[in-house]
This record gives sequence, C-alpha cells and structure tokens, in this order.
Amino acid sequence: MSHTATATELDVLILAGGLSHEREVSLRSGRRVAEVLRSAGHDVHIHDVDSDLLAGLRRARPDVVWPLLHGSTGEDGSIRDLLELVGVPYVGTPAAGSRIAWNKPVAKTLMQRAGAATPEFVTLPQSLFREAGTHTVLDAVLDRLELPLVVKPAQGGSALGVSLVTRPEDLAQAMVSCFSYGDIALIERAVHGAEVAVSVVDVGAGPRALPGVEIVTDGPYDYDARYNPGRTEYFVPTRLQPAASEAAAELAMLAHRELGLRHLSRTDMIIDDDGTPWFLEVNVAPGMTETSLFPQAAHADEEPVAQLYASIARQGAEASRALRAI
Amino acid sequence: MRASEIRALFAVANRPEVVSLAGGMPNLASLPLEQIADHTHRLLADRGAEALQYGSGQGEESLREQILEVMALEGVRAHPDDVVVTTGSQQALDLVTRVFVDPGDVVLAEAPSYVGALGVFRAYQADVVHVPMDADGLIPQALEDTLARLRQEGRRVKMLYTIPNFHNPAGVSLAPERRPQILQIAQRYGVLVLEDNPYGLLGFDGEPAPALQSLDPEAVVYLGSFSKTFAPGYRVGWAVAPHAVRERLVLASESAILCPSMMSQLSIATYLAGNDWQGQIKSFREVYRTRRDATLDALGEYLPGASWTVPAGGFYTWVELPEGLDAQAMLPRAVSALVAYVPGTAFYADGQGSRHLRLSYCYPPPERITEGVRRLAGVINQETDLVRMFGTDGGSSHRQVPGQHAPGPNQA
Repeated sequence: MSHTATATELDVLILAGGLSHEREVSLRSGRRVAEVLRSAGHDVHIHDVDSDLLAGLRRARPDVVWPLLHGSTGEDGSIRDLLELVGVPYVGTPAAGSRIAWNKPVAKTLMQRAGAATPEFVTLPQSLFREAGTHTVLDAVLDRLELPLVVKPAQGGSALGVSLVTRPEDLAQAMVSCFSYGDIALIERAVHGAEVAVSVVDVGAGPRALPGVEIVTDGPYDYDARYNPGRTEYFVPTRLQPAASEAAAELAMLAHRELGLRHLSRTDMIIDDDGTPWFLEVNVAPGMTETSLFPQAAHADEEPVAQLYASIARQGAEASRALRAI
Repeated sequence: MRASEIRALFAVANRPEVVSLAGGMPNLASLPLEQIADHTHRLLADRGAEALQYGSGQGEESLREQILEVMALEGVRAHPDDVVVTTGSQQALDLVTRVFVDPGDVVLAEAPSYVGALGVFRAYQADVVHVPMDADGLIPQALEDTLARLRQEGRRVKMLYTIPNFHNPAGVSLAPERRPQILQIAQRYGVLVLEDNPYGLLGFDGEPAPALQSLDPEAVVYLGSFSKTFAPGYRVGWAVAPHAVRERLVLASESAILCPSMMSQLSIATYLAGNDWQGQIKSFREVYRTRRDATLDALGEYLPGASWTVPAGGFYTWVELPEGLDAQAMLPRAVSALVAYVPGTAFYADGQGSRHLRLSYCYPPPERITEGVRRLAGVINQETDLVRMFGTDGGSSHRQVPGQHAPGPNQA
C-alpha cells in the first residue's frame, strides 16, 4: 500500500458495473463510494463483474468486497453467492435476503405478514396474458384495483419500466413498457402521499435508521429525475410530523430485520395523509451516486459520511470473519 | 422513456458480451501503429518545440495545403487560405452555427439527420425543420416545397445542413443529378448550404462523387474530417468557406479555443507526407465493405419483416421496423438480449423516427455483426408478440431532446 498503514486501514474492492440496465448507475455509485473511502484513508480498487473477477479477487485478496451492483446479478443474490463460494468477506445482505428483497412481490408479502401496510397488488407474468387473454386480465385488474395504478417490473430498480396509470386506456401501454424490462409485472394501487426513503445501517450496535429523505418531483420520480440534479427536490430530514417520521423509521427497521438484511438497506415507502407508511420496496444495494437517497441520508446523519462508510466496510470484513469462524 | 435513461442503456455497449451496432467508432485495427509511433517520435525529436507550442488560429498552413490534396479527390478546388482547421469537424459545425444562426432561425436538415448536428442546432436555439429523403438522398421537390412553405409563413431560413455522401444515419447518398438541383433551389431562396462530408472517401464502388462545394464554392461551406479516413483521436477536421465567412470562422474559433492542437495537426501532416494515406483509405473501405455485406446478408436472412437502406459506403444502414413497433421502447429488451442499436428518434428534432433504428457496422467484425442481427431478430419477434398481445402501437410518446440519447463518442 502506498500510504502509511494504520491499524484500521482496509483494503476494499468495490464491485461496480455489471451487465444490467443499471450499469451506468452502478459505475457512478462505485466511483462515489471509492472516493469517500479513500478520503478516509482506505485503499480502494474498483472491479467490474467480468471473466477476470475471480482471478482479480484472488490476486487482490482484499479485506472486504463492497458490491455496488444494481439490477439482476448485483441484487438478486447471485453475486453474493459467488463471493460466499470463494470465501471473500463482503459488505451487505447475504444471498438469501437479497433474493427476497430483489423480488418485490415476495418482499411485499413478507412485510404484509409482519404487519406492515403495503399497497394492494397483483403479480402477473407476461405468459399469463397470452394464456388467459389480454383484455380479460386487464379488465380484471381494473375491476379489482382502483386507479391510479403503478405498473413496474417485479424485479429491477431505478424506476426503469415503471409507469403511473391514471386512465384505464393507458394500462396496456404501461404493461408493454414494463415487459420490455422483465417478464413479470407488479401492478399495485398508487397510494397518495409523501414519497419517503429511509436508509438503515448496522455497524455493530444493531440496526438504526438514518434520517428519512422526502422526495418531491415536478413529475414522476423516474430515472431521469433520480439521476439528474435539479429535477427533484429532496427534504432531509422529511417534513413529516414526528409520529409519521417515527413510523417511517420503524417500517424501515422492520424491513431490515424481517427480510434478513445486513449492514445497510434502503426502504422506499409512501406516507399517506393519515401518517401511515406504506411499504413499496427495499434495496440491498441502494444507489450511492451524488443524487442518490442513501448518501443524502448519510450526510444528514450525525456520524461523518466517511466514518460511516468505513464502519460499514469494516463491518463487512468482520461479519464474514465471524461467519467463517462458526 | 427519458433521454438519460436511453443514454444509460448504452453503458453496457462496451461490454464484450454485447454486440453493439450502436456506436460510430471507426475501426482502427488496420492502422500502421508502429510506423505512426516512429513518426511521432521523430516529430517530437525534430520539431518538438513547434509541435508543443501554440499555432495559428486558422490552422497550420502546411496541413491546409495537404487538406487541399485530400479534397481534390472530390473535385474541391480551393486555396489554403480558404481552409480553417478545427477540433474535429464537430467544432466547425459549432462555429458555422454560432456565426450564422440566431435563436428562432430555421435550419433545414435531412429527415433523419446526424444527431451531433441536431445537438449543436439545439444549443443555438435554432428551429430544425426536416426535409424528406429517399434512396437517392434529399428530394429536391421536397426541399423546394418546404422552403416555399416556410417563406409563406414568414420564417427566416438560415441554412441547409446536408450530408450528401453515405449519410449518417440513413446510409444513402445524394444522386449526382440532384446535386446541382439542390444548390439551385438553395440559391433561389438565399439559403447557405452546409455540406458535412466525413464519409465521402469511404465509398465501396466507383469514384467519389463531386462535392457540392465543387459545384458552387460561393454558396457552400464544406466540412471535412480525418476522423474516418485516418483516426478520430487527433480531433482534426476542417471547414472550407467563402472568404467573408472564413474570416468570421477564424475569429470565432480563436475565441473558443485559440488554435487547434499543433501536435495533432503536425502528426496528421507527417502521416499524410510519409504514408500511403490513399492506400490506407482503400484498406478501410475494404474492411467496411465486408462489414456492410455481413450486415445486409444478416438482415436478409433474419429480418424479413423489416426494410433497410443499402449503403454504398460509410458506416450505417437505416432500418424500418414492422408496423406497430417502437425502436426506443424496444431498446431495454435489446440490451437484455445483448445487442445495441440507436433508436430512430435520436435523429430527429421533432419526435419522428420511432419505427426506425440505425445499425452501425463499422466496429464489430463480420461474425459479430451476424450474431448481433440474429439477436435483434429475436428481440423484434418478442416485441411484436408483446405489442400484438396488448394491442398497443408500442409507442413511447415522449418527445426527445435531440443529441442526448445516442451513445457517447467512445461507445462501441
């Protein structure tokens, strides 16, 4: 290592890139986290997920791997399975929890069972429309769930393929946009209220919620609004009443515990006019770009960001060590 | 789908698993790199103080003389004083627009047109009006009709931007008999012609067509480039303009960049003087012809329901999808299937082009092109299935911001 080694200095390998629709976001997340960790004196390298990955891991022998991959292999548990297979310590939720969080309908169902509110929904694969007849199914959806509706791929992030449907005649087009990204659609009732994201971190003393981030856009909070500064206004902490704010934090903590998440997560929710938080989804590899929600929450926290990220990385190194000791 | 979302999808194009038929990077594999390295070494050793110094705002005179030799192949007869060297022809495009176009002025462009030009016109708040093309390029009657209509509407038309040879993205060329007609119409309406000609020497058959500039030097500003005939990394292009225009371009260029890179200019001058540059262009042509053939063969085999242009040179073919499909809406599916293209809407300022896409054959080797088109066929079949199932037109209705949803210059 080029700089003076200290007892706490870590050799961190960030995984970023990958072959998903969210490659660009992942690369940006990777660069951002690397910058913060370097500023805290850690030795950081960034690696793509490619045929050189395993050889690269063996060569580099990092203290910890921080997967910052968004979309498919990055969040569906597979890359974490791979890291476990080769016995490399890593930051974040193990494969099992990732698989649950990645699948929005499964996560919603588990959260519902744990007592959380989540918008009424149906999960429909593309094949079902072929088998049961497109219009029959669309009509049934419109009969059962009231407009407005949100249509989104059951798996995937960054709001890719997501549409808000306010008129019955727009539902078919929303389905087409969704199925361009994946074969399974989640259709849920759009809950009216404040859009809030609460991040949870656990750096050894148990999970704790970071300040919530409230999102206000001039239109849908879509890909463009998420990753282009200026299109969206954020309030950190949120403008919620203390009780609603507390409920939002509790929901994020519940998701973190109930779904078996580790080190860090971000739960997206809507707080309705009565102050009830509605669970939408949870992310095991939340975006870490300059406009992303987790970093905004981290900046509003009392702990300095560099210190927090370093604690998360250290937690990754230690948790896996403990795991292997068992 | 928003512009940044589309652009983000191109992030995967440089991954080796993806066959990218999206980008426009020239194939540099056949360049004599060792020789160029030796020449660069000699250049620095012998003329380093000059190469690393500021130069003239108009560009190095010796290079401007050599540029005349290059353009002579397309019938351009000019004086070195008429040439302004720029940082790629993209900068020349920017300078011409800056000098001529005021906000709200109309710029005519082919339908479709080069995405980088649309971005420049937008930056200067020009109102781009598209003029239709057919297999023989810009249609003179359509140009006449458009100009007449705009005159009637009291609009001020500043220039006609045209890519007469091996058009990007349409893949067609302006027929020789149409060239004087287009110039006459432009002259009648007092419209400057901006001729963008990066691919003119990359024709697969026969001699290069005469440049529009060669037919009427006073009415045309000509843009040339070494990016496709040698290497884009030097960022050297040029403009040839009538005297009065040229002076203004030089002043505008000096205020923007002071002078083009001397190192780049002298490198290219050295290359032109010491290498068989025409032989090199010939070898580029052979590479691209083989790839064009692979593209057309694969399209014929795998995409019977679509139609496409047959380019006689250059980098691109323009594909029309079966009815009901939207190339932009289909792009995420294509990326999942590990093939990339540029949706047609990128090449229009007014939201047209949703049923079209541009395929570039310049970069991937022929067998990859075949595989890419095969994957694309699978994507089209699945999308057709989906659109039929839901009875939609597949359309993403967003009007796009031009110039922001095509791959970056260094993306495959």
